[in-house]
Amino acid sequence: MEPAGAATALQRTPLYSLHRSMGAKMVDFGGWDMPREYSGIIDEHLAVRTRAGIFDVSHMGEVEIRGPQALQLVEWVTPNAASRLQDNQVQYSALLYPQGTFVDDILVHRFGPEHFFLCVNASNQRKDYEWIVDQNRFDAEVEFASEKYAQLAVQGPQALATVQKLTRTELASIRYYWFARGEVLGIPAILARTGYTGEDGVELYLPPEEAERVWKAVLEAGREFDIRPCGLGARNTLRLEAKMALYGHEIDDTTTPWEAGLGWIVKLDKGDFLGREALVKQKEQGVARQLAGFEMRERGIARDGYVVRVDGRPAGRVTSGSPAPFLKKSIGLCYVPVERAGLGQRIEIEIRNQPVGAVIVPTPFYSRKK
Amino acid sequence: MYPEDYRYTKEHEWIRVEGDTGTIGITFHAQKELGDIVYVETPKVGTTITAGKAMGSVESVKAVSEIFAPVSGEVLAVNDELASKPEKLNADPYGAAWLVKVRLSNAPEVKGLMTAAAYQEYTAAEGSH
Repeated sequence: MEPAGAATALQRTPLYSLHRSMGAKMVDFGGWDMPREYSGIIDEHLAVRTRAGIFDVSHMGEVEIRGPQALQLVEWVTPNAASRLQDNQVQYSALLYPQGTFVDDILVHRFGPEHFFLCVNASNQRKDYEWIVDQNRFDAEVEFASEKYAQLAVQGPQALATVQKLTRTELASIRYYWFARGEVLGIPAILARTGYTGEDGVELYLPPEEAERVWKAVLEAGREFDIRPCGLGARNTLRLEAKMALYGHEIDDTTTPWEAGLGWIVKLDKGDFLGREALVKQKEQGVARQLAGFEMRERGIARDGYVVRVDGRPAGRVTSGSPAPFLKKSIGLCYVPVERAGLGQRIEIEIRNQPVGAVIVPTPFYSRKK
Repeated sequence: MYPEDYRYTKEHEWIRVEGDTGTIGITFHAQKELGDIVYVETPKVGTTITAGKAMGSVESVKAVSEIFAPVSGEVLAVNDELASKPEKLNADPYGAAWLVKVRLSNAPEVKGLMTAAAYQEYTAAEGSH
């Protein structure tokens, strides 16, 4: 057993003390002291798949863009067509370098024709903000807004029923990937029908000083559904089953949307944007490698970074690997050469110097019945 | 939480010695830190293990941890049940979920391990970082 490392000068969310007092096991996640788990990753994962769970995701960053040319700036720094967004609509997108690789993956919310709200990854928030500021040759104002928001994700088949008890905003009328600016317990909130678990649910953006009150109220309202407070451990296994990308794993500054299976967020016909030229070129030439999902066929668990072998030779690496608590399998994502990424392709994962059999399978591994 | 007649390692294994035989497992603290244990890999019967060297691994949903041999010796028995029921390591780390039994090849090694009181102090200090 390796002893756990000591934590130094980690950042904290407004709920940090509450997590500690509620007995969460904490973990250093990209410089943030976050709950890893409460009742156990498996228990929390199954709660979200079958009932409801709440996550503190206040470590996520927010950037707001305003002004007459706010849309032009968003269109320039993201590959998806922000111009197609309507007020109160959300879009999964990215920030790309000129070479077409990821600065980050983001959610773009349109507050109004001249006001956009970006949700970005915790460990990238400063980098993202500075990147957007550097690219801002428009009449637009860019605000680092992370300190203005706490974020709680309530996820699972009973998530809406739980949160509905606390708000007059009619949640059922918010479509998937849309949001409302309303209230929770009378506290001004953004209520977005989004999530990172593969389940239905809402993500609440709140004033930080009110986060604790809302967290407690959600747990109380969800008691009849046996709701669970959840940590980042379950968040990771849930998103992996749903094949949602994680920055630093499936995507980073060396991978492009084509390679990552995220070509659907690239709208080449929308006009010029950062990375477009490189992506056009890569599309013409074709990608050499591709993200693929696999499940273990022999006993063993693939982990992040493990070598993938094809035809007995190293051919790529596991980007995320884990037991899948709901599917009760051992699954993972990896980059493999395109010609070896077909369904049914046999591969081997090198686990402690031993090749262990796996097979490429369809993804997402899990999708909820709608 | 820490049986008095066991000895403990800094890497959170325990050993119970009877004559020249030692039974080895991981501690309550270890399983708690790991969380839900889903996979166990133990050495095979007849192989030798060396004090301080890796002899297998346990995996939780989140992570892999190596198991280090508290003593040197020959593996006499392996708890095969853990292959299909690794969660027993969370439920009963000192009893039903022992990992291996070994014949000690260098019995004085045991004296170098921590007592229950020393281990408890050690884990308390580790947790207060």
